[in-house]
Amino acid sequence: MSSQNPFDLPGVEIHWCPGCGNYGALRVLKETLLESGLTPDQVVIVTGIGQAGKTNHFMNANSFNGLHGRYLSTALGIKASNPTLKVIAISGDGCTYSEGGNHFIHAIRYNPDILNIVHNNGVFGLTKGQASPTSAKGYVTRAQAFGVYNTPINAPAIAIALGASFVARAFVGDMDKTKEIYKEAMNNKGYTLIEMFSPCVSFNHVNTFQWYKENTCYLDEAHDPMDQAAALNVVLREGKLALGVIYRNPTLTTFNQNIRIYETDDRPLYTRDVDMEKIKELVDSFR
Amino acid sequence: MWKIQDEITIVLCGAAGQGIQTVEDGLVAVSKKSGYHVFSSREYMSRVRGGVNSTSIRIASKPVRAFVDRVDILMPLTEQAIQHVKDRLTSKSVLIGEETYLNSSECGDCPKIEISYQDIAKEIGNVQYSNIVSLGVMSGIIDADEDAMHACIANLFPKKGEQIIQDNVRAADEGFKVAKSWIEEDKLPGVEIAKDPTIKDNLVLDGTDATALGALAGGCNFETFYPMSPSTGIATYLAQKALDFSLIVDQSEDEISAMNKSIGASFAGARAMVTTSGGGFSLMNEGLSLCGATELPLVIVVGQRPGPATGMPTRTEQGELEHVLYAGSGEFPRVIFAPGTIEDEFYLTQNAFNIAEKYQVPVFLLPDQYIIDASYDIPSLALDDLKVEKHFIKTSEGYIRYEFTETGISPRGIPGHGEGLTIADGHTHSEDGHITEDPIIRSKMVEKYCKKLDQLKKDVIPPELSGNPDYKTLVIGWGSTYYPILEALERIGKNDVAFLHFKQVYPVHESAIEYLQKADRRIIIENNSNAQFGNLLQLETGIKMDARILKYSGYCFSVEEITEKLAVILEE
Repeated sequence: MSSQNPFDLPGVEIHWCPGCGNYGALRVLKETLLESGLTPDQVVIVTGIGQAGKTNHFMNANSFNGLHGRYLSTALGIKASNPTLKVIAISGDGCTYSEGGNHFIHAIRYNPDILNIVHNNGVFGLTKGQASPTSAKGYVTRAQAFGVYNTPINAPAIAIALGASFVARAFVGDMDKTKEIYKEAMNNKGYTLIEMFSPCVSFNHVNTFQWYKENTCYLDEAHDPMDQAAALNVVLREGKLALGVIYRNPTLTTFNQNIRIYETDDRPLYTRDVDMEKIKELVDSFR
Repeated sequence: MWKIQDEITIVLCGAAGQGIQTVEDGLVAVSKKSGYHVFSSREYMSRVRGGVNSTSIRIASKPVRAFVDRVDILMPLTEQAIQHVKDRLTSKSVLIGEETYLNSSECGDCPKIEISYQDIAKEIGNVQYSNIVSLGVMSGIIDADEDAMHACIANLFPKKGEQIIQDNVRAADEGFKVAKSWIEEDKLPGVEIAKDPTIKDNLVLDGTDATALGALAGGCNFETFYPMSPSTGIATYLAQKALDFSLIVDQSEDEISAMNKSIGASFAGARAMVTTSGGGFSLMNEGLSLCGATELPLVIVVGQRPGPATGMPTRTEQGELEHVLYAGSGEFPRVIFAPGTIEDEFYLTQNAFNIAEKYQVPVFLLPDQYIIDASYDIPSLALDDLKVEKHFIKTSEGYIRYEFTETGISPRGIPGHGEGLTIADGHTHSEDGHITEDPIIRSKMVEKYCKKLDQLKKDVIPPELSGNPDYKTLVIGWGSTYYPILEALERIGKNDVAFLHFKQVYPVHESAIEYLQKADRRIIIENNSNAQFGNLLQLETGIKMDARILKYSGYCFSVEEITEKLAVILEE
């Protein structure tokens, strides 16, 4: 199937280490896009900096590879300017939660119609193995010589507490279930977070594929994603990390709906022209 | 008693929150509608209540467009007022106000007239009308047209209902009568300023209005900002007009986000602008670099105020030229405009969007607090010839965003417009927009940026020479000091002195070197401590300035101050 996928970029040399979780993440993304019926010209992949931030260079679609931590702001600007585009913002835990922590929090508040996939590997890969904001306490690296002493960030908990539109967690080691989650996420309108466990085989020797297999579990059918308190409980509780669609908040309006100018006219900004007569009237009001 | 002829300067000085701005707006409108030219500028503290702020309003028979120290009438509205403006007072400055505000040892021999606006206002029905009583007094002093005054008061309170407007009109009439009686009794000098009815229809704009209107006329449809003096007003004005002009205005969580949002918008084809000040722009530096790398059009307004860091938030300085010129990592082209007039604010902002699109570069506007808050009347703005130039294409399959071309400018695609794909990257990238570390492509990509700068240099606004083209001494200025320097030179009246003003400060126009070479002596005037533009001129032309007049107190130059300092240098 993948050989006929228009989102494939033939002949591209992928920069990731052999065995990196990101290969699977790229595959599941491209397959989900193919099955969504979208074409590469209708999609914009917006990426940050880090290994996950290179995703757009290894696939075929419109894309913008922006700054470390700032890609969500760029994605917001793109979606706001052209509501017809499907905007998918992808980067890692370092980019999104550390450098971009403020933008992450505020992107949730804006509720843009953006799918945000955050590859979480618990380590800085591109800069060779320093702790990330999701590294566990005690995790020793060359930079964190005495072990990590900061409390790891719990991004899904932040997102749920802020009433995000959609919060899910997936593990790249299980492609079938991950694709189901991606598909559901693709159909959500509003800020959609998928935190994707995507192990780093070069630097994180704690949170390995095997570790995630042993330390994750899928939510059972009794879980009600509309229940914010229950969702928060799922991500705060001790024990195995829950996978699946954890939280949904259907009560929100999206950023583009709040912008108002699209209420009566859904054309993208680039198609619009200035009405000089109206500007003349406005200038004349200063007489 | 003496007569005040041809022009008068009235200074209102009070605390924040006293409603000085309403009175200022009222007096500016009344003056213009009476057929006078008018100029108004303010200096104020960074606080919402209290302190001492002042507004200077020049009313004249000829156009007046610069701040002067001169005070003909001072209206102190707080006990600290006289102390605050004492250095500007002369024996011919008349002080008018409540008794308590006139009791200052700093008055010298200034004539004083006591009035209780509050008592008059109370008699009419409400102490809240005090400000309008004072507006009436000032209207009486300048022999304003009474009908014009009534009309302006109705405009000041459009939603207050008939009764309140009538009461305010009565309050103004009462003040007007009082002022007239003072002149009759020879307590106050009479004012003789010729009226010109054609002025009534002039526009009165401040720098904020002119920039915002320029942005709209330039097709701006995406504006992001984080509130920061002195440029917040541009964003809030646009926010009020967002639905009328189909524009998105977004107050972001910080300047970093504002910058990156506007870059995203520009990528998607919006005509994007960010408005900030020096401190906020510090946070945008990284984004500026991204804008350079991705070759996206963007208009950046940096309203200058004194730094470093928080500096003096509501004061003025021309201190950000080097900041915006050198900001961002790496090497990439940019354009910097510095408006010197209200018309410049409008036309340069309008044009900034076209230049940004044409060359796919960031374009800066560098106004400062002084010019942003200053207003005066102008006959009109010519809108008929303005064009919103769109420089993007509908892509077809196989499109590559960063194609190497003769000019360095690649046809700009927009995602979702055409069958091609648009790929942008902040890394060094290949022609197709994908990341590369190939040294040959890297070199060609850097050369592409350089070629764009060469193109930009062909499209620079030349500096404007005022005065004798066979000058011996050349005075040089940029941005907001245009009218203060011009008026100072008129006062000095030396035939061998000319003035060269730059409204585009980067790239520097190629004619600069000839202008500078021709002079025996070159004097640079700047509202900063280091002559940033003088240094840039030296860098670009190899010619050093011979003398510098610099001010970095956080306050603007007055015409008198430039006159005095220039006169000293010219005597040397």
